Amino acid sequence: MFTRKSIGVALLVVLSAGFAQAAGPGLGQPIATSDIAAWDTSIMPDGSGLPAGRGTAAQGAQIFAGKCVACHGENGVGGSASALTAKGPITSINGGEKTIGNFWPYASTLFDFIRRAMPWQQPKSLTNDEVYALTAYLLALNKVIDDNTALDAATLAKIKMPNRDGFIIRFPDRI
Amino acid sequence: MKRTPAANRGDNLTPVAGNGLLDRRSFLRGGAAIAATMGYTLVNNAAAEPLADDPWSLTPGAVTKPYEQRSRYEEKVARTLTNPKGETRVQNARTPLHRLNGVITPAGQHFVVAQSGAPDIDPAKHRIVIHGLVKRPLVFTLDALARYPMVTRTHFLECGGNSAPLFSPTPMQANLQALHGLVSCAEWTGVLLSTLLEETGIDPKAKWLIAEGADAPTLTRSVPLKKGLDDAMIALYQNGERLMPANGYPARLLLPGWEGNMNIKWLRRIKLTDAPAMTFPETKTYTQLLPDGKALQFYFIEEVKSFITQPSPDLKMSGPGFYEISGLAFSGDGKIAKVMVSADGGKSWAQAALQEPVLDKSFTRFRLPWRWDGGPAILQSRAWDDKGNVQPTRAEFVAKRGELKAPLSLVAFPNQHFNAITSWGITADGEVKHVYA
Ligand code: HEC
Repeated sequence: MFTRKSIGVALLVVLSAGFAQAAGPGLGQPIATSDIAAWDTSIMPDGSGLPAGRGTAAQGAQIFAGKCVACHGENGVGGSASALTAKGPITSINGGEKTIGNFWPYASTLFDFIRRAMPWQQPKSLTNDEVYALTAYLLALNKVIDDNTALDAATLAKIKMPNRDGFIIRFPDRI
Repeated sequence: MKRTPAANRGDNLTPVAGNGLLDRRSFLRGGAAIAATMGYTLVNNAAAEPLADDPWSLTPGAVTKPYEQRSRYEEKVARTLTNPKGETRVQNARTPLHRLNGVITPAGQHFVVAQSGAPDIDPAKHRIVIHGLVKRPLVFTLDALARYPMVTRTHFLECGGNSAPLFSPTPMQANLQALHGLVSCAEWTGVLLSTLLEETGIDPKAKWLIAEGADAPTLTRSVPLKKGLDDAMIALYQNGERLMPANGYPARLLLPGWEGNMNIKWLRRIKLTDAPAMTFPETKTYTQLLPDGKALQFYFIEEVKSFITQPSPDLKMSGPGFYEISGLAFSGDGKIAKVMVSADGGKSWAQAALQEPVLDKSFTRFRLPWRWDGGPAILQSRAWDDKGNVQPTRAEFVAKRGELKAPLSLVAFPNQHFNAITSWGITADGEVKHVYA
């Protein structure tokens, strides 16, 4: 006959053996990294994740005229949507609109945002070459790069944005 | 001279602070008995009309519907929209907090900020993938998630841009809904993220997670893994029903107490990483300019805040006499510990009663009886949480965060995380207006 204590011990052994194999319901399906690729377009600020491809500001200007100007205006200003160039540096809380040239800390963000979210009505419709070209065009408009710099994964990763050091982390202890 | 607390004198309706604020306990214990001796019956109101049966008592009522609608008399109690025609720009819907009570926001009244509208997601096809710095990447269907252990928790959700008009240099001629309507509170049910991360395993190098929505702009935010393992939830139900489409149907990330935009709606992907991705919303939209032009980033927490919902602008006072002041307090860092109310613009304060249960990172309703003498009054509320955080006065807040030179439009929020005291000015004719005090 089992004592209460020995049943307890036996149960504990069975349970911990079970835990070693699967802690929870185990209903997630494994997936290969290559099968996540279509969704995994995240780009890190050091440029990791940037895809193959290449584009120039001149190419970007043409694409912009076709797919972006309707909302963002000529040269990225005066449209119904956000201004894409800066009026000047932001020096106070009244500093005006935060834009690529005077505010964005990382060029990787520009590539990532255009690729995932623009143009507004057909997000994720641009090729990687087109996204590089548009990124080059907007960075050249903002005088972050010159008109002749072609962008690809290597050159984009090296860009230092003017306002890179303009940020203070509010709650570092929560990270 | 120290005053004896009113309650100890057995005179619960004696003012405990300036301009007629009464003891919060007046109506809590033995309220009826106190009221009977203290004189409701002493007020000489005009006599009521004789009672007669109304038409609705003389005929059968309406047929019960499969999904109930509100009374037609309540239809005007609704969210205000900034982009009702769905033009190609962000859409905001603000909660009519001044016409609701309790702490739960009905799902149809929950605030919304949607960059590009609500996607029409087929739950049978929806997938959530967890990958990156994990031991094994896993995909979860909603059917699979339905079999996991769930939790139910009541939490407020606030847009980082809520209350932004109060950065303006002058008071706003606007109501509570316009000023503070980008915060709501719901009962959320879902699976803790930590439960799923136990199954994927976590690479020790992981410090952040990137959460991504399935909406048109596939909005992404970086979240410290610490929060992910603390109380983050994949929410599936809102007030007992599946999530509303605009609130993230069929699954959203819920980061209790943290900036609304980080609570990724229509959640489809979580990637564990060693660093933040520095996405568009976390480097541009939800960064906060300071007086010197530098900007705060990774604000995360919706800090301790409160405001009076009744009375408030649009709710005209109907003559001097008794009112209950009522409002909402919440903190993204814990539970509300105390709310003080002033009727004289902050010169004197009375402690409000907190409606139980007081929950973590949830709306807490506070109430305080008030006898308005019909003269000018300035109502304020100020909240404390159980972590020692105090809601700042407007002066304290502006000294740190600054103020704008020109009044802000009521629909924009170029700056965020405003949590200072709100003041309502009552005029002698009973109008309630936003004021600075
Ligand atoms: C139908 C209108 C529309 C079109 C077309 C459009 N955009 Fe946009 N764009 C917007 C709106 C609206 C926003 C604001 C989004 C937000 O803040 O969430 C925006 C934001 C942006 C931003 C962020 C700017 C900032 O600093 O906030 C960039 C960059 C951008 N668009 C690039 C593009 C490019 C490149 C194209 C063409 C391929 C394009 N857009 C086409 C409407 C449009």
